[in-house]
Amino acid sequence: MKYDVKQLPLISNNQIADGIFDMRLAYNADELPVQCGQFAHVYVPGKTLRRPISVCDAADGVLRLVYQVKGEGTRIMSRMKAGQDVDVLFPLGHGFTVESGKRYCLIGGGIGVPPMLYTAKQCKAPLVITGFRNKDLVILQNDFEAAGAQLLLCTDDGTAGQKGFVTDLLKEHLDEVDEVCACGPTPMLKAIAQVCAEAGKPCQVSLEERMGCGIGACLVCAVKVRKDGQEIMRHVCKDGPVFNAEEVVF
Amino acid sequence: MADLSVNVAGVAFNNPLIAASGTFGFGREYGEFYPLSALGGISCKGITLERRDGNPPPRIAETPSGILNAVGLQNPGVDVFINEDLPWLKQQNTVVIANIAGNTPDEYCQMAEKLSATDVDMIELNISCPNVKNGGVQFGTSCESVEGITSAVRKHCTKPLVVKLSPNVTDIASIAKAAEAAGADAVSMINTLTGMRIDIRTRRPIIHNNTGGLSGAAVFPVAVRMVWQVANAISIPIIGMGGISTWEDAVEMLMAGAAALQIGTVLFSDPYAPVKITEGLNRFLDENGCKSVTELTGTVKPW
Repeated sequence: MKYDVKQLPLISNNQIADGIFDMRLAYNADELPVQCGQFAHVYVPGKTLRRPISVCDAADGVLRLVYQVKGEGTRIMSRMKAGQDVDVLFPLGHGFTVESGKRYCLIGGGIGVPPMLYTAKQCKAPLVITGFRNKDLVILQNDFEAAGAQLLLCTDDGTAGQKGFVTDLLKEHLDEVDEVCACGPTPMLKAIAQVCAEAGKPCQVSLEERMGCGIGACLVCAVKVRKDGQEIMRHVCKDGPVFNAEEVVF
Repeated sequence: MADLSVNVAGVAFNNPLIAASGTFGFGREYGEFYPLSALGGISCKGITLERRDGNPPPRIAETPSGILNAVGLQNPGVDVFINEDLPWLKQQNTVVIANIAGNTPDEYCQMAEKLSATDVDMIELNISCPNVKNGGVQFGTSCESVEGITSAVRKHCTKPLVVKLSPNVTDIASIAKAAEAAGADAVSMINTLTGMRIDIRTRRPIIHNNTGGLSGAAVFPVAVRMVWQVANAISIPIIGMGGISTWEDAVEMLMAGAAALQIGTVLFSDPYAPVKITEGLNRFLDENGCKSVTELTGTVKPW
C-alpha cells in the first residue's frame, strides 16, 4: 500500500508561533513510510474537503504536521485535542529527492519552512535558509540546529535574523552547495528558481494549489510544466508537490 | 445478505454503486484502497476526441457542505483512454462506463463510434458539463438539442447509451423525456449545479473559470427531487447522483426512483465511502426483509 486512511491518535497540538500550530500524531512508520516533502491529507469534521499539510517530521513513531490557521478548516484542526483520533490520508505525493554525497541548500519561506525539517534530516550537514515576515512567525529554529543544519534566518522587516529575502542569502552561499530544495510562496519559489537557473544549480520546488482528492484522480490541483518542449498539465497532489524548478511554468 | 446486483439497460452491475465521472479518474488511484470490484461500476473521467489541458487553476472551492469545481474536462483524449486505460479497467471486474463530451455533435458521434468498437460496457453522454466554453451543457439545456444530440449519437453507438442530465434547466422531466424519445437507454442525473464564490479580499472569484459546478451533500435534496420528477415522467432507468454521502442517502435516492447510483464528492472526504455505503445498504435491506436492492427503486410514497 502506497497510502491509506488511518485514524492517528493525537499526542499534542500546540501553538508555536502567531497562528501556527504543531500537531503530533502517533503512527506506525513501518506500515506507511513517509518521504521528505510528502504531505498528509487531514479530515476536518464537518468539511467536505480534507486539508493538505506537508509533513514536518516523521521520526520515532510521531508524524508531525506544522500548519497555519488560514480559514475555517485549519481553525477546526487547531481545536483538536490530545487523546482524540485524527483521520489522516497519507503519505501522499512525490517528495524531495535527496542524494547522498551532495550538499544541499534547503530553503523555507513562512509556512513553507516545516517540510524542510524532515528534508534536513535526510541530508548531511545541509545549509538551511529560513525566511519569515517578522519575528512573531519564526518557527523550528531549534529543530533545524538539532538536525545538524547550518542555519540562516532572515525576516522581511529585520525583527529577527538578517533583514531581507531568502534569495539574498542564497546568492551569498550558492557556491557552497550542489543543489537547492525550496518550499514557500510562489513568488519566492520563482525567484529562487531564477537564481538557480542563472547559476546552473539544480533546484527542486514544492508547490501549492487548491486540492481535492489528494491522490491524482480529480485533477483540480493543476500546475503547468514543460516537458520535451511541450507545456502540459501535471498535478500538485500526485506528480508533486515537489517538481524540478526548471520544468515549472511559473 | 440481500442481492445487491442491479441491471441497467441490459448491463449487469454487482451492486448499484458507481463512481461518478470526474471524481475517480480512470480508477487507478482509488484501486490503492480497495479492489475496484467493490464498486458496481466506474464512470470514467470525461473524455474528448482530442487531449484537453482543462482550465487554469484554481479549479476548486469549498462551499457549505459541498464544493465547486471547474476542471474543464482535462483528459488525454479518447484514443489514449482506449489504448492505455481501458485494457487495465477491463481487468478490474467492474462495469466500465465511458463518459464522453464534445464541442460538436460530430465529435460525440466519432467518439461513440470508436468506443462502440471496444469492450467498454456503457457510454455516458456528457451534455451537462458546465465548465467548458463550447459544447458540454449547451447540448443539454433544451429539449430540441438533447433530442438532436442523443439521436445523432444513437446512430453511431452500439453500446447501451446513458444521457447525463444537467440540473441547470427549467423542467428536467421534459429534458429526460426528450432523451428517452431520442433513443437513450438510461439517464444519469444530476450533473453539478452552476455556482460561484468570491474572495472578498481580492474581489476575485475563487475559481479561475469564475463559475463552477456545485456538488456534494449540499445538492442532495435537489437531486432527490429531480430524480423523483424524472422517474414519474420516463420509463427508462435512472442512475441517480448528486451529493450521496451515506448509506441512508443511497436508500433515499433509490426510493426516489433511481435504479443505480453514482457517488463522487464524498470520496474526497472518505475514499472508502463506496464500501461503507454498500455495507449500510446491505444491512438496511436485511433489516427490512428485502431480498433485492431493486425492491427499493421508486418506492417513495408521496403525500
